[in-house]
Amino acid sequence: MMAAIIFVISVATLMMFFVSYCRSLMASSSRHTLSKEVRDVTGIPNMASGRDFARVMQLLRLCPERPEDRTGLQAVGIYYDILALLEKTIGRLVPSWHAWTEQELSGCANYAVVVLDRRIAFSREILAQQGEF
Amino acid sequence: MSSSIITFIWYFGTALELAFVVCSLVRRSFLRYFFLNLYFLSALSSSVARDFALSQFGVNSHEYRYTYFYTDALLTLALYVALISLYAHVFGELRFGRYIRLTAVLLLLGTALFSYGVVAQSTERLSTNFAYVLSQNLYFVGLVLTYILWGAVLKLRESRTRIVQFVLSLGLYFSAYAASYALVNLASKSAEMYILAPVLGCFLPLSWTFTMWRHTDDSRLVPARLLAVAR
Repeated sequence: MMAAIIFVISVATLMMFFVSYCRSLMASSSRHTLSKEVRDVTGIPNMASGRDFARVMQLLRLCPERPEDRTGLQAVGIYYDILALLEKTIGRLVPSWHAWTEQELSGCANYAVVVLDRRIAFSREILAQQGEF
Repeated sequence: MSSSIITFIWYFGTALELAFVVCSLVRRSFLRYFFLNLYFLSALSSSVARDFALSQFGVNSHEYRYTYFYTDALLTLALYVALISLYAHVFGELRFGRYIRLTAVLLLLGTALFSYGVVAQSTERLSTNFAYVLSQNLYFVGLVLTYILWGAVLKLRESRTRIVQFVLSLGLYFSAYAASYALVNLASKSAEMYILAPVLGCFLPLSWTFTMWRHTDDSRLVPARLLAVAR
């Protein structure tokens, strides 16, 4: 009984910390100014919407990976999947939930765009280094 | 579950722990986050001690069992100290340092006494049981303390990205560990559950190394964005 209570409390706090962790990742990239290249490639002028996430992820797969982005991108990807599931289920029943999930999904997409921007800059750097040799 | 997979995860986790220490040296943040580094250095020493005991005495020996459980208890203590050091970072400007240290010591003594009280009822393998129960209880205390610290981070509108992400990673780690301990008890200590500990052990060095490498001490985030409900 005690183990079951501890398990439930731990899982609840795990979810709470996970949501906050993903939000902190997104918040840490919120001050990033998007380059002209990434705005042209994605067609996103300033703010991405939740629907852009899948498309940006496809673009990300075309760029060389930066190891320091991998953990954050995976965490935000999981957060996006959970939110999308909640949107399809609870979001249809509770209208106020819809606005909140849309805002969060948009945050996930914006984070992915910032990572894409960094990867494009990273690719340019690699190409520039290769050009030196 | 193959033991070679567990050994691989163990070595991978050890490499990540080393990566954090190297990263904080490169970033010149070793002394600023000394207790986090101390925890990983202790973890590295424990890995060496466990590896030695394993190769010398074998996995079923008493020596390996004692080494494993006592290094685990010491590591939990080191992580507890690292958590208290994060409290000191968050409350640093409020000059609460002395009260934080006093409360932390009292809480630790209380947890140790409670753990002793639990294991004293069974005389069989008292010493290894004490180390195991102390670790288990400290993980739960650590989870509660991290939850309180997270509340303080939000209340004080802490904006240092590193501190925020260190606290959140620790919260994730403690809650995942506390859940896994509870699950092990619920699943009657089934063998499959023992893979959870080494896998979870990799998460903390991975996320802390990511934070240390990705952000500087000057990195800031907007505290309002951390709240799940927009203000």
